[in-house]
Amino acid sequence: MSKYFIRRLLISVPVLLGISLILFTILALAPGDPFEELATNANVPAEVRQNLRAKFGLDDPVPVRYARWFTSMVRGDWGFSFVSRVDVETLILQRLPTTIIVLGTAQLLGILVALPIGTLSAMRPYSIFDQVATTLAFVGFSLPTFFTGLLFILFFSVYLDWLPFIYRADISATGVQWYWHHVRQAIMPVAVLGLFQGASLTRFVRSAVLDVIQLDYITTARAKGLSEKTTIVKHAVRNALIPVLTLVALQVPAIFTGAVITEQIFRVPGVGSLLISSILANDTPVIMAITFVFSCLVVLFNLIADLLYGWLDPRISYR
Amino acid sequence: MTTVTPTEQLVTPRPEKRTTSSASVWDEAFRRFRRHRLATLGAAVLFAMVVAVVAGPAIYRVPIDDIDFKAKLRGPSWAHPLGTDDLGQDLLARILYGGRISLAVGVTAMLVAITVGVAIGAAAGQLAGVVDHALMRITDLFLSLPQLPLLLLMVYLFRDLLRKALGPEVGVFVLIVAVIGGLRWMPVARLVRAQFLSLREKEFVEAARGLGAPPLRQVVRHILPNAMGPVIVAGSLDVAAAIIAESSLSFLGLGFPPDIPTWGRILFDAKDNLDFAPHWALFPGTAIFLTVLSINYIGDGLRDALDPRRIIPR
Repeated sequence: MSKYFIRRLLISVPVLLGISLILFTILALAPGDPFEELATNANVPAEVRQNLRAKFGLDDPVPVRYARWFTSMVRGDWGFSFVSRVDVETLILQRLPTTIIVLGTAQLLGILVALPIGTLSAMRPYSIFDQVATTLAFVGFSLPTFFTGLLFILFFSVYLDWLPFIYRADISATGVQWYWHHVRQAIMPVAVLGLFQGASLTRFVRSAVLDVIQLDYITTARAKGLSEKTTIVKHAVRNALIPVLTLVALQVPAIFTGAVITEQIFRVPGVGSLLISSILANDTPVIMAITFVFSCLVVLFNLIADLLYGWLDPRISYR
Repeated sequence: MTTVTPTEQLVTPRPEKRTTSSASVWDEAFRRFRRHRLATLGAAVLFAMVVAVVAGPAIYRVPIDDIDFKAKLRGPSWAHPLGTDDLGQDLLARILYGGRISLAVGVTAMLVAITVGVAIGAAAGQLAGVVDHALMRITDLFLSLPQLPLLLLMVYLFRDLLRKALGPEVGVFVLIVAVIGGLRWMPVARLVRAQFLSLREKEFVEAARGLGAPPLRQVVRHILPNAMGPVIVAGSLDVAAAIIAESSLSFLGLGFPPDIPTWGRILFDAKDNLDFAPHWALFPGTAIFLTVLSINYIGDGLRDALDPRRIIPR
């Protein structure tokens, strides 16, 4: 098992290197200039600009710049934000907890919706319940998150006036009130993301359970007199979860997409909205660092999925 | 050696069957597609949408940029069937015009993704060995790229360059299509490679090889046509994904410029006026939703139709 783990870990290294290479190539090819503002400012003499360029090594050859950038990324020195005037790592670490809490809760909600509905659908395929559930799942993942977000705001904030539609980090209340405010403002972003995830997961769960439920060992479990509940929960769903788990991990990049959009709609102060504001402000170090962090998270989740897969399915050999 | 083999006797009595066999594959697929009621409905809705955005602006002759401050932010009325925006511009005209771009982006990006995917998948499946290994590693690498951040990054970095080179509309269109297509080919490549690996060993390909067909002919005439079923399904779903990707970009303010009202762009402009002009966001949003839903159902129907082994419940 530990050998398998190390092997998988070693495979992730070239993937990360490749991603960083792609990111850096894109940036090197792009026409933008971080000192553009200084170039157009008449008060800054040309030699100051030249000295600054030399100091930050902007005129060095691309491979040198890549090597320097990559080593400092690995060391945890992600550069300095031109706009916010703080270190990039401080900026991102400030925002990361909010994103992780919202994303994690949404993913949990998605799984909690998808598991029972998908299983019930698969138990009675083509019944009324299954047809309603499948149709709703289809509608759910055809609704883009930016539209669901606007619909939620329209209904719950504007029409019913139940929930705030702007996420605030600086809530002045204390104690229970503080938690209540936080929960209230997180409801809509979490629901939008979670229901979208839940909708696509429901289909995976349904087809996975449907595949398993026809196998002989399920018939055996029923024949030896186990209750339907035990048969389904302990025998069918457990095994059906194996492929579903891989899909959950493979969907992580898609979840980030949803996170960027929901954070932008509800103005959640997370990494996604930081990415958008940095792009609009031409804050290159922050953009690069965030894209790199997202890539690392994708690789990390793929690794976790591989390990869980090997643990859940003993037939996978730890070569 | 004059005895007739039993197989020849079986085949000869009914030669008329063979003449229809090539057409009946598609007839059968169409019949199976028609049995999927929601897919048929989806196809009808999508067809109506396409007709509306292609022919609509010719019939509904209201300019998309006719500013009228006296009629700004109005709800639906006879003069403006879907209402107006904050400059008093007619929303129906804008949605019809924007739909052209949204649908064109979807279809073109899908074609880019499929072309790249089929080429890479076919090369990997046919050439095997080192090429296969290298191409599949690249595919894995692209699969672990975070799509939207990268999409945003590239559109942001290269937008001005292409705008200068090709003009504002074409430049942004080419960029968005290339980037969306260039980040969505991986599933197709994997599908095609898997198909190649199994089809390459099938008897009919072996027969073609035995008859002396060169590798290119084997691929183009024998393997590819049989590998296209899953690709068509994946392609149809890619159209929906590309439409959503383009709308997401425009919704974040990083897609087409404001004078090109794609559906996502209209939503971006509408989102800060939700409380007093909800119609402004509802109509383009519904257009995106209906298009994507229809395409997803069509993909589902095609999946049923193009897999002859799939059992469809009555």
